Order: sequence, then structure tokens, then C-alpha cells
Amino acid sequence: MTTAGLIAILPLLLLSGTAVGLMLIISIHRSHRIALGLTLLGLAAAFGSLWISAEIVPQRVTSLLMIDQYALFYFGMVIAATIAVVGLAYGYLEQQAVEKEEFYILLLTAALGAAVLAASSHFVSFFLGLEVLSISLYALNAYIYPRKTALEAGIKYLVLAAASAAFLLFGMALIYAAVGTMEFGHMAELMMESAGPNRTLLLPGLAMIITGIAFKLALVPFHMWTPDVYQGAPPPVAAFIATVSKGGMFALLLRYFYRLELHNYGPVVVVFTIIAIASMLGSNLLALLQSNVKRILAYSSIAHMGYALVAFIASGELAVQAVTFYLVAYFVTIIGAFGVVTVLSNSEEDAESLEAYRGLFWRRPALAGVMTAMLLSLTGIPVTAGFIGKFYVVAAGASSSAWALIIILVVSSVIGAFYYLRVIFALYAGAPEDRGAEAAPRMALGSSVLVVLTVLLIWLGVYPAPLLHVIRAALPG
Amino acid sequence: MILIWFIGILLAGGIACWIAARWSAPVCRWIALGATIADFVLSLALWVRSYPVNLLQQQEWLRQVNWNWFPDAGIHFHLAIDGLSLLLVVLTFFLGIVSVLASWTEIREGVGFFHLNLLWVLAGITGVFLAVDLFLFYFAWELMLIPMYFLIAIWGHERRVYAAVKFFLFTQLSGLLMLISILALYMIHHSATGVYTFEYSELIGTSMPLHTAIWVMLGFFIAFAVKLPMVPFHTWLPDAHTEASTAGSVILAGLLLKTGAYGLLRFVVPLFPAAAHWFSPIATVLAAIGIIYGAVLAFGQTDLKRLVAYTSVSHLGFVLLAIFVWNKLALEGALITIIAHGISTGALFVLVGGLQERIHTREMDRMGGLWHTIPRLSGAAMFFAMASIGLPGLGDFVGEFLILLGTYKVSVGLAVAAAIGVLASTLYGLKFIQRAFHGSNVHHWELHDLFAREVVIIAPMIVILLWLGLFPRPVLNTFVPAMQKLQEQAARQYQAYERGQP
Repeated sequence: MTTAGLIAILPLLLLSGTAVGLMLIISIHRSHRIALGLTLLGLAAAFGSLWISAEIVPQRVTSLLMIDQYALFYFGMVIAATIAVVGLAYGYLEQQAVEKEEFYILLLTAALGAAVLAASSHFVSFFLGLEVLSISLYALNAYIYPRKTALEAGIKYLVLAAASAAFLLFGMALIYAAVGTMEFGHMAELMMESAGPNRTLLLPGLAMIITGIAFKLALVPFHMWTPDVYQGAPPPVAAFIATVSKGGMFALLLRYFYRLELHNYGPVVVVFTIIAIASMLGSNLLALLQSNVKRILAYSSIAHMGYALVAFIASGELAVQAVTFYLVAYFVTIIGAFGVVTVLSNSEEDAESLEAYRGLFWRRPALAGVMTAMLLSLTGIPVTAGFIGKFYVVAAGASSSAWALIIILVVSSVIGAFYYLRVIFALYAGAPEDRGAEAAPRMALGSSVLVVLTVLLIWLGVYPAPLLHVIRAALPG
Repeated sequence: MILIWFIGILLAGGIACWIAARWSAPVCRWIALGATIADFVLSLALWVRSYPVNLLQQQEWLRQVNWNWFPDAGIHFHLAIDGLSLLLVVLTFFLGIVSVLASWTEIREGVGFFHLNLLWVLAGITGVFLAVDLFLFYFAWELMLIPMYFLIAIWGHERRVYAAVKFFLFTQLSGLLMLISILALYMIHHSATGVYTFEYSELIGTSMPLHTAIWVMLGFFIAFAVKLPMVPFHTWLPDAHTEASTAGSVILAGLLLKTGAYGLLRFVVPLFPAAAHWFSPIATVLAAIGIIYGAVLAFGQTDLKRLVAYTSVSHLGFVLLAIFVWNKLALEGALITIIAHGISTGALFVLVGGLQERIHTREMDRMGGLWHTIPRLSGAAMFFAMASIGLPGLGDFVGEFLILLGTYKVSVGLAVAAAIGVLASTLYGLKFIQRAFHGSNVHHWELHDLFAREVVIIAPMIVILLWLGLFPRPVLNTFVPAMQKLQEQAARQYQAYERGQP
């Protein structure tokens, strides 16, 4: 490996280094504050190193990783989201009667896995990234182990993720058998040859890979685990699964899909179209039945992946930009929403029932305001990032005349509006007089993360031009 | 720049109210009042200075602001005003003052947040009337939804949540259909010219095959028809109007419905004249059905607010009819109806709201003989009910008369149907007066007559209706140049389409 290669993967090295360093420090001296400080420092350094790496990209680092502007952009998203999750988790963990420090190690390795996914250009790095991510998440899900729901979430995630990884591996093996390579670029060349690879192996292989990916993205019909895991996991972890884990996978999907020009490949497009429609309609309809905020957010995150898929399937010139912008908006919004859940939670239970939010506006207006902004962004109302995201997705769909998908998107997002409104209404319900003293402890760090996220949300909603500029520079086509 | 002030004062005023209410509710009310009055005075000043309005010889707009927003995508922060927008903006600020005053004693909980929402919904409506960039238009269109939702959901009456959610979902779905149409238009324009733009004046020349135009137009049409509301998309309206607080009802009936009419006038016909022409038989028949249906249902109500709400369905049916008849007389009538209906229905809601504050019911059965105890309120209610049923000499009459004339030129059948609607309106008007105010005071109400604050609200509204009824020229003079331009654009588009036909 050359020096340039090492510089290119500097963010990954820093992430791993921080994880190892933290582990060593914990073995000497346990301190939640030091763990937090070191984690934030490492993440900030990794974030800063993106600019150093940006100098020398695109850079192929062995045949496993392809570090280009695109990968760096997703690194940035993953790291920034992890920083936000760390900020939220600190106050939450403070209240819990468990060992706190290892949480950050797991979070760092999970982020590392997601980043590897975003940069991977080979089945091996794909699988390695996925497993690093998944294994960290098994433990994170069950981190508050005295709670039964957390254990349930952990076990459920473990079993299902392992099964889906098996599917993925089998799919990779089949494709390897068909084309004789595991490297994306080479695979693309072989598939474009006139003779073409052996389709009898290729199609089942692709189907199994799509299954594995769809599981990670929690798309219908591979979504069953999502509400239970989101409900059982600590809210910051749920935010992490919903964003970083899905973001890394989506980055890989985009790269893989367009590299292999699978959008010209009929059956695959049909499969994704069905998955997108099922995700949009199914999740929104199921969410109508929920009265648990975490579960509502879980279904909402399924729906939003479905919306992002619409732009992805449309695959016009806008598609990659639209998906990427959508993911950024989604990251900000979902972390913000789970952030409010986190800040409202206490040592006994998480704030998940709708009752916990009733009349919140009259007790803690700022927090209710943040939650409202996040829910409106999920609905796609102007002045929030979600609006621009939805606008972009519909524009991408319109540019390739995918009218049926757009109509379904519209209908399902109206269904979605219904349950977001229920939560919003709960926030403002109740007589304003009973301004009881607030018992829940205030989390300074978590609250400031929420403030930053809200500012970001509105900034992206009102003036997204700078971010769009960055996205356009980072993404070819 | 004055256009920025219009919106900026409302937005800033809203925040100031919210902050001020932490210490003192009256201060908050005065700030809200001050903001709306300031805007009203500004808009009047603009009107006076640009009168007589003659757009054809001058520049395209009376005033405009055009800033880059996302230049890459062809999105501009472009506000502009012509005679049509000017009149509607003046109406907006006037009803803004009315609604602040109307909620002076009604709203006691969450005063600051209430006024924040009130002023912001006004800002959103102003944005809708001023935006000439379609992205910005959609932005404002969606934006006015949220504060309105809160106004209904938090400060409404018994079934407020149901009404608010229904309102939100109807407008959200129709709004998204419009978004699809806006983007389709944007893409079609791009493929024809290679330019990405949301600019109204550039999109207006986009040519497309008729069947495409029909689909794209329908997206816009449904969005506006839901707001208007047109039968069969009207079911949200009685609930929302009835359950909202007085200020909410005034804004809904007086302004929010008008954004639908405005959209049809400004966008649907000029952008898609051929499709609109093709669609006009359907739209006009639905309009005529709405006129009669609204009037008949209004007659069947016993809840006063619901009654007034259904009259809106009927009156706005006239506006829809006029827009799809699209001749000079009908359009002039549409504008007068828009303004007169805003005033007369707004006033009726204020009076019914005042009545509810006094006797805590809206049921006509619990009233009767109120004239004995509150003669002035009853007299005012009588006046506005008469205006609403089209008594000559008052604003509504002029509007409906012009629309009937214009319709008659196109189709006698439709004119007859609409005239039957006028007839039916006398039924509900008289029922309203008779059941609530005449007869003997069986429930022995002893009530306080109009307060000074209410007189301040009602008196100017009476004057305006008389003015519109007796001397509507200044209003029409302001509107006609803008109307001619819309007609001209539509005609030019239509001819281009006809030439394209084999």
C-alpha cells in the first residue's frame, strides 16, 4: 500500500485508532467523561481528515476500497451522524445503571463498518464492512441489558441479521460463480460483454444480494425486525441504526447499482419497484395502528427509505443527487426525532408512549418545537430539509416520467401525514395551565445537539444551495 | 421592497407576539394589531400610489422583488404584484385586523402562540398571492397549512382535532398533486427550451400536446378546487369552518378559500388555456351543482357556523363558474364576489362568534327573539345576511349579477341554474334571520349588545360592502388591467395551440 493510499483511508484509520485507544484507556481507568472526550476528539479528527484525503482522491486502495469524492462525502455523513449520536447518548447513558464506556467503542466500530461499506468496491470489503457494522450493533441494541426489551431487540437483530448475511454471502458466491470476479469494476466489464454472464446463476445471486441489502435498509417485506428493534434499543442506538447503518448501505447500493448499470436490467428494476411500493404503502399503513412513538418512527424510517428508492429507481440525471440529498435530510430529521425521545427518557423507561408527549409544548416549548420541526420535516413541509428532499425526489421521478411511483409516493406520504399529525397534536394537547415543574433531568449536551440539528434542518430547508453544490461536486452524474 | 415588508412585518410581528406574551397577553395582542394595521396601511398606500393602474403600457408588474435562491435549479425568490394581487393583499390585511380584534377576548389560552400562528398564516397567504415563481408559490402554499392547522386544532371547538386533521390531509394531498404538476411543467419546459426555470412568466408560454396539458392542469386544478372548495371536494370545509375559532373561520372563509380562486385565475387558465377550455364544461357544471347544493345544505343546518360555512360553498361556486366562463363580465364579477364574500362571510363569522361567546351555543334552536335583547348585533347580522343572499346595493349582488350576465352569454342553462342558486340563498338567509333573531325570546336571553370593539370591526365592513355595491369602479379599475393581461396571455397560448392543430 502506498503513502497516498494510507492518506486516502486516513478517516478510517483514525476511527479504528480511536476505538483501539479508547479500549486501552478503559482498561486502565474508567471514566465516562474521558471516554466521551476521546470519542469526540477522534471523530472530529476523522472528520477533519476528510479534507486531507480529499486532496489526493480518487484513490484505489488495494482492490477492496475505492476512496473518491463520493466515498468521502458519505464518510462525512457517517462521522457527523455518529458525533450527533454520541452527543445524545452521553446524557442518556449517565442515567443508566450499566457500564458506559464500551458503548463508545462499539459506536466507533459500527461507524467504521458503515464507512467501509460506503467506500467498498469489492464483495469482500462489502461483507467485512457489513459484519463490522452488524456485530457492533448486536451489542449496542442490547446495551441496556437489565431491560428485557433491549435483550429482545438484541437477539432479534442478531438472528435476523445473521440470516440476511447468509443470504448475502450465498448471493455473492453465486455471482462469483457466474462472472468469476468479486470486484465491482471488473464485474461491470464482464457483464457488458456481448455474450454476457451465465444468467441462471446471476439472477438468483442478485436476488439474494438484494434481500441482504433490503434487510439492512429495512425495506418491506424485510422490515419485520425494525419496529421491535427500534422500540427495544436505546433511542440513540435506534437513531444510529436508522441513519448511519442505512446510509452506509445506501451508499454501497448506489455505487454497486450504477457501476453495474443494473438500471438497464429489467428484473432488478421490477424487484426494486415492488419493494419501493410495498415499503411506502405498507409502512405508512402499519404506522397508523401504532401509538408508540419509537415504533412510529421505525415505520416512518421504512417509508422514507421507500421514498429514497423512488429517486433511485428513476435513475435520471438527478437520481444520485436526489438520493444523497434525501439521505442527508433524513439523517438530520431522524436523529433529531430520536434525539427528542432520548432527551425525554429517564432511567426507568424511554419516552415512547404517546402519553409522554401530551402537552409537552406547554411544559417544554423548545423541545416540543424541535419535535414539531422534525415531524414536519418527515411530512415534507416547507422550511424544513424534508421538504427539499421530497421535492428533489419527486423531481427526479418526474425527470424520468415515473408517474406511477410518484403518485404512490404522494398518496403514502399523505397517509404518513396523518400519524405525524397525531404526534404533533399530542405535543400541543392539554390545557396550557398545568405547567408542572419538569421532573426529567435536562441533558445539556443532548439539547445542544438538538439545537444544532434544528438549525441545520431549517438551513437545509431554506437555503440548500451550498449543500447541493457539495453534493454535485462529489457525485459524478 | 415593499413586498418584502408585507411578509416580513407579519413574520417578525408573530415572533414578537410570542415573546411578548410571556410577560403580558395584552401587549401581544397590541403587537399583532399593530403589525396587521401597519401592513394594511402600507398596502393601501401602494394602492393609492399606483392608481389608476395601467399595466399594459408600463412594466410587467407594479412592484417586484427578484432574488436568486437556487439559481442552478432555476428557482428564484420572486415576488411581484399586479392589480389582482394588490386587491387580494389589501383584503388579506384587512381581514387580518378583523381576526386579531375578533379574538381579543375569545382566546385566553396560549395567547402568544395563537398570534404567532395567526400572523404566520397571514404571511403564508400573502406569499401565495405574491409569488410568481412556482417553487416559491408551492412553498408558501404548503407553509400556510401548518399555522392554520394549529389554529383549528388548538383553539377550535368540540371536534377540532377531527376537523384539523381532515383539513390538513385534504390540502396536503391536493397540494402534492400540484407539486407533481409543477415539476411536470418544469420538465416539459426544460425539454422544450433547455432551460430549467420555475418562473411564471417563462412557463406561461410552454406548449405541450393537449392530453399532456390536461393531466398537468388537473394537478393544479384539484389543488385549487379543494381549497375553493368545489363539490365534491368540499367536505373538509364545513368541519373546519365550524370547529375553528372565530379568527380561524374568518381567515378560512375570507382568505384561504380565495387562494384557490386566485390560483385558478392566475395559473390554471393562463398556463393551460386549451386544457381549461376542454375542461370548462365539466368545471362549470360542477360549479353550478356547487351553487345549488351549497345553498340547499345551508338551508338544512341548525348550527349557525355550519350554515355560514355552506353558504361559502355556494358563493365560491359562482367564482368557479365565472373563471371557467372566462369573459370580461364574469371575471369582473368573480373578483367582486371574492372580495365581497370575504367581507360578508367574515363579518357573519365574527357575529356568530360574538353570539357564541355570549350564549355558548351555535344552535339556532337555542336562540330566537334575540332582536329584543341585542338589536344592534341582530341588525348587523341581518345586514350581512342580506348581503350574502345578494340584496341589490351591496357587494355580493354586483358580483353575482355580473357573473350571471357573463354566464348567460355563454350558456343560458348554466345561468338559469346559477340563478336558482341565488333564489335558494334567500331561503337560508331568511331562515337564519327568522330563527335566530325574530320571534319571541323564548329562552329569556338577557345579553350585552355589541361592544365598542365589535362595532369597530363591523362598521367598516358595512361601509365596504356598500361601497362595493354602489361604486365598485375603483376596484374594477385596479383589477381590469391585470385581468386583461391574463386574458391576453391565455388567448395567445390558445391561438398557438390552435395553430399547432392540423
